[in-house]
Amino acid sequence: MNSYVPILVLGVLAAGFAVVTVVSAALTGPKRYNRAKLDPYECGIEASPQPAGGGRFPIKYYLTAMLFIVFDIEIVFLYPWAVSFDALGVFGLVEMLLFIATVFVAYAYVWRRGGLEWD
Amino acid sequence: MSATAVAAPAVHSLWTTAAAAPIHAPKIEYAQLSPILVVLGAAVAGILVEAFVPRRARYGTQLAVTLIGLAGAFAAVVGLAATGYATTKADLAAMGSIAVDGPSLFLQGTLILVTAVGVLAIAERGLEPQSREVPHVDAFAPQAAAVPGSEDEKAAARAGWSTTEVFPLTLFALSGMLVFPAAGDLLTLFIGLEILSLPLYLMCALARRRRLLSQESAVKYFLLGAFASAFFLFGTALLYGYAGTLDLGGIAKVVTGDAAPNAALNASAHGDALLLIGGAMIVMGLLFKVGAVPFHAWTPDVYQGAPTPITGFMAAATKVAAFGALLRLLYVALPEMRWDWRPVMWGVAILTMALGAIVAVTQTDVKRMLAYSSIAHAGFLLTGVIAGNKQGVSAVLFYLAAYSFVTLGAFAVVTLVRDAGGEATHLSRWDGLGRRSPLVAVTFALFLLAFAGIPLTSGFSGKFAVFSAAAKGGAVPLVVVGVLCSAVAAFFYVRVIVRMFFAEPRADGPSVAVPSALTGTAIAVGAAATLVLGVFPQWAFDLADKASVFIR
Repeated sequence: MNSYVPILVLGVLAAGFAVVTVVSAALTGPKRYNRAKLDPYECGIEASPQPAGGGRFPIKYYLTAMLFIVFDIEIVFLYPWAVSFDALGVFGLVEMLLFIATVFVAYAYVWRRGGLEWD
Repeated sequence: MSATAVAAPAVHSLWTTAAAAPIHAPKIEYAQLSPILVVLGAAVAGILVEAFVPRRARYGTQLAVTLIGLAGAFAAVVGLAATGYATTKADLAAMGSIAVDGPSLFLQGTLILVTAVGVLAIAERGLEPQSREVPHVDAFAPQAAAVPGSEDEKAAARAGWSTTEVFPLTLFALSGMLVFPAAGDLLTLFIGLEILSLPLYLMCALARRRRLLSQESAVKYFLLGAFASAFFLFGTALLYGYAGTLDLGGIAKVVTGDAAPNAALNASAHGDALLLIGGAMIVMGLLFKVGAVPFHAWTPDVYQGAPTPITGFMAAATKVAAFGALLRLLYVALPEMRWDWRPVMWGVAILTMALGAIVAVTQTDVKRMLAYSSIAHAGFLLTGVIAGNKQGVSAVLFYLAAYSFVTLGAFAVVTLVRDAGGEATHLSRWDGLGRRSPLVAVTFALFLLAFAGIPLTSGFSGKFAVFSAAAKGGAVPLVVVGVLCSAVAAFFYVRVIVRMFFAEPRADGPSVAVPSALTGTAIAVGAAATLVLGVFPQWAFDLADKASVFIR
């Protein structure tokens, strides 16, 4: 049980930090509301666009986010390989090249089908 | 004070040993993995086709790439089986991740054939009403955001847009399905589960007609599937905590006490709670994919909402893959636990058979009725899994092969019966179909009789095999329940046949579209497999029997 004490302490610290910052910000911070601050989520597009007749709505934001995730995951795999690529030798190099090639196939698909054009 | 003095070198050794331990590049037996690699390669080629081939030529190129890839993969499976990997040379490839043995190769071969037939139905473009402006219309939305029937959609169709991505998506799903029954460790099993699920979620949402129903089905499937995956992964973590290994064979050795778990896990290892809860959670994840009660709730909605060719592919192939994985998990990793899992599986099998058969009686939609029928069939298959002997394995293998072709054929027939609003799936619309289109009605009746398990169809051979294996394995009460549920199920199958042949045709009834050679071939192959496996099942029994030994 002793080995769980650090995790418990960490949990208490994290919870304490969250509570203290939220409470202190609420007590000390100035409150000036405007329209932008009352919007649901400030992230480039309206949260739930309701076009007339249920028609088309922009999805470019999601496309960009998905593309980001693809390359994010690629990096997650490249880092451990880069750390020990000499130990893995030619095998590791070839496998990583294959992996990057398949990611680039997806990239080529996105590029050719217009996923990189903003408008 | 002494506590810190002990802790300091222990933490330090974390880094020193990690750096000193050499990393060995894994040894990969590419030849033994060739079926999976060929399918994946064809899928990647399909993505490149989408990117670089002109729009008008994409459909033909995709169909060719897909069918050539499937033919290559099937040749690879046959080649591996012919060189003895199914029997004497069975092996664990890729450092124990993929088991190349009889059940793997049998199910992989079945899956590839099933997908080939499914792809024919998916590729059908002759059923929707056509015009000179829009010559080729398939079952999939040309532009997902456009409202069906709107100017936007018509413009997209006129421009030749079509969702040819279904072909690579089908291949990606198939590659996951090929990994699923062959996975030798729990992590590979999970990766197979995800690779087969994600394309299926997407494909469910692609229907051209009744698009909201289709998108709803995809969301339901995705959310419930995510839950099932989480259960599976949590169970994997618990089993690792118990055994200190993810290998199915390694877990079995720790269960029997032949191997000691990882020393680092001494505090948790051998905890029976971890083993029982972990095993139960993994089985729950697999039972979800199988569609067994109480994890069946998604089945009717998804089967109804998904585009019908996709429903056929999904209903047939997912069941094959998931039962393969369930068999391997229970027979390789947890055979010593059978006194714990058998009573639970008894309950699941009885509930699944009874609920599937009884609720199907009240259904008024053909696709929902077939969905509940697939739940009942999952129950029949579970009786074979519970048998716990070699005969049970071979019976389940045979049943899967037989059932999947019947399912593909039945859903392919459903795509043909249409009216102005697309497929006429309400059962009342099928009144008197046998008088208008006797050939289609007779074919559908054949598939229904096979579902019901009437002799001289493959359904009878399969049911006979699983029930006799279960009886031999000591599960006689289960067999009695199974036979009773089959009788209930036969009622609603025969009721559809009666409607088709003896009810008065409706004046505004649906018409039967004349399929192109693609769907025609799919239905013909389904019907042929149903008859051949029903009249001459022995060679297939022998094949399944030879292929029924797992490697660990």
